[in-house]
Amino acid sequence: MVGIIDIINVGLFAAALRMATPIAYASLGGIFSERVGVMNIGLEGMMLLSAFTGVAVTYYTANPWLGVLGAVLVGGLMGFFHALLTVKFSGDQVVSGAGINLFAMGFTAYMSQVLWGSRGASESVSGLKPISIPILKDLPVIGPILGTHTPLVYIMLLTVVLSYILLFRTPLGLRIRAVGEHPTAADTAGIDVHRVKYICVTLSGMFAGLGGAFMSLGHLSLFTYGMTGGRGFIAMAAMIFGKWMPVGAFGASLLFGFSDALQMRLQSLGLLPPQIILTIPYVLTVAVLSGVVGRAKAPSDYKPYEKG
Amino acid sequence: MVSAVVMRGVTKTFPGVVANDHVDFSAETGEIHGLLGENGAGKTVLMSILYGLYRFDEGAIIIDGEEVEVDSPSTAMRLGIGMVHQHFMLVPSLTVAENIILGREPIKNGVFLDTERMLRDVGEFCDKYRLDVDLEAPVHTLSVGVQQRVEILKALYRGADVLILDEPTAVLTPQEVDELFKAIRALREEGKTVIFISHKLREVLAICDRVTVLKKGRVVGTVDASETDQGRLAEMMVGREVVYTFDKDYCEAGEPVLVVEGLEALDDRNLQALRGVELEVCASEILGIAGVEGNGQTELIETLMGLRKPTAGKILLNDSEITTLPPGERIRAGISHVPEDRHKRGIVSDFSVMENLILGSHRNTEFTQWGQVLDLAKASSYSDKLIEDYSIDTPSKKTLARNLSGGNQQRLVVAREFSREPKLIIAAQPTRGLDVGATEYVRRKLLEMRDQGCAVLLLSADLDEIWAISDRIAVIYEGRIVATRDPKETSEQELGLLMAGGRDD
Repeated sequence: MVGIIDIINVGLFAAALRMATPIAYASLGGIFSERVGVMNIGLEGMMLLSAFTGVAVTYYTANPWLGVLGAVLVGGLMGFFHALLTVKFSGDQVVSGAGINLFAMGFTAYMSQVLWGSRGASESVSGLKPISIPILKDLPVIGPILGTHTPLVYIMLLTVVLSYILLFRTPLGLRIRAVGEHPTAADTAGIDVHRVKYICVTLSGMFAGLGGAFMSLGHLSLFTYGMTGGRGFIAMAAMIFGKWMPVGAFGASLLFGFSDALQMRLQSLGLLPPQIILTIPYVLTVAVLSGVVGRAKAPSDYKPYEKG
Repeated sequence: MVSAVVMRGVTKTFPGVVANDHVDFSAETGEIHGLLGENGAGKTVLMSILYGLYRFDEGAIIIDGEEVEVDSPSTAMRLGIGMVHQHFMLVPSLTVAENIILGREPIKNGVFLDTERMLRDVGEFCDKYRLDVDLEAPVHTLSVGVQQRVEILKALYRGADVLILDEPTAVLTPQEVDELFKAIRALREEGKTVIFISHKLREVLAICDRVTVLKKGRVVGTVDASETDQGRLAEMMVGREVVYTFDKDYCEAGEPVLVVEGLEALDDRNLQALRGVELEVCASEILGIAGVEGNGQTELIETLMGLRKPTAGKILLNDSEITTLPPGERIRAGISHVPEDRHKRGIVSDFSVMENLILGSHRNTEFTQWGQVLDLAKASSYSDKLIEDYSIDTPSKKTLARNLSGGNQQRLVVAREFSREPKLIIAAQPTRGLDVGATEYVRRKLLEMRDQGCAVLLLSADLDEIWAISDRIAVIYEGRIVATRDPKETSEQELGLLMAGGRDD
């Protein structure tokens, strides 16, 4: 994992923000999906497919931004597919999501073999270049942490704020919240429940797509097999920990990102066997889900809505 | 003058059931029109068709003289039809104002919700109809009566000229009913048409100008409220004479069977739900507990059945303490329970009638061989007997409970619980959602059990029910029994006041 360990002292926090980025994207995706009553355990697979797509598109076009676009489109497509199965055909949300995850594992490995002759990893591509924010980067402490990142980190911060505004300050947000909590009420108020669900679950996939693109283009500049490493599931934990609120989920993502960053530093110290250290983020996830949160109440009941 | 609403020859079938059979219905502008019928008579279906929730198989809808196509609630709203459902269509976490404007939100700067205009518009609207509510309160914090007001406002805000109210009084206290009736009359003054769905004769007569009676999906007739009475309406509704006042014999109460002392318990949110309940139910006595829902009734039942741990107090059954016994042992000690939510606690929907009938007794030696294996032959003959005795209308004992009608599901629960020879019956909302026939049956059975020496604790949100069969009435308010009355020496006004927390002076 070359290039992960930064040279700066406050690098740990910069790394935490970086590691939190894909989790935050995916947890925002989770929020939009669950807020309309569709559980999305396919976030992991959507991220993986998007990570792959990002690298593949960049490989052929040499433009990482086209890669990001491709990743978002594929994420959105998978989201739409998930919505189609669960909203239109009232399919089981867990089965559909798990199916997407399995498909993503197999498909990316196969395509990786076809394109680059290796199931394990792609060739390197030119990823997104970090940018520095003037003035901000020169501030003490904050500068090294926030000043220089790939644009997708900043876009993530913006997305958190925009998601909050969308959910709580716009008519669509009001409808989204109504649809998830009481679809019949929304329907009788003249809202097209299924349309809102389609929009949100597709959006959910697009967010996961951004998370995937960040992992392969903003972080590593190549695709490796199973590179999302369960971050889609950790994102679901972050979503629950954050009580289905964008800012809360972002905070929880930072916590998980921090534990991830810490884990890497601890490995380099060699104090504990790396296998144990590697488990830290996952143990934290289990701990958070099993009690620290208390009884988190989902904003919806995850049932397909059928009229009459 | 053109009628506000005309429905002509409306027919709607669901798999296996004809819900509406060539129904003709019309309501004039500025009238309060009652739609009366038993449960399952097709009242709600008919109005759901008018409101665009269902599509009729054949028929026509004419609004203000023009034939229209109502394919969705939004179309209905555009045509000026609003509906307040029995189960409120309000999103609990949203505020009153947000619920009212949902679906037609005011917008500022192209994208944002215009909160100020929302509050101003809705506020002006409330003033116009003199309906007072806190616009910024989340709906889940409001009482049922206020939530209903919000529902009415919501419909009016969407431009309703015809307002359908589906069983609006089912969840209200007598005082709240009075207020609702005032509001409905005010709407009539404004020239609105109100369609009032109900199965309560008294209310229909009190508020409506005309009444249309439905029975098994057909119109029995439409009458002027001023030219009819309860007896005649009941006959139209049921097709035979109905006994309204039970001539229950006086029955000498015996020794105390259930004694509850200083019982306290928390609710699911860990808030104090019971604050020192004192109760005594004697043999051969029905003690009715009246109260607005949510004043600790559910917690009281659960604590008595051993489903919820009390934080203080004692429960005695025939002088022996059962405070800490698990539910199974309480059943064996002689407590039977007709739960308030029969789907959640009364039956297992995916079990057969027979399995449901022996549930809870399935470990008894009479139904098992060697104490472990079910003796299906015995269970089967036992089921046959109960199906016969309690006239449960089921195709066979192997039919799944979910396929029975609500009334028959309740008969099933009653059959199982009453046939255990209980010393105490806890009956919670025993006739909720049942039609007149089934209601009468369940009440008769409760009286029969009383006459056989059983102690009965009856909890009901329906004051009429408490009134009809109780020997004593206790009122529960905020987790305390605030008063106990002899039904002969109290009035509906007094009980209503006590239920709403008025002091007992």
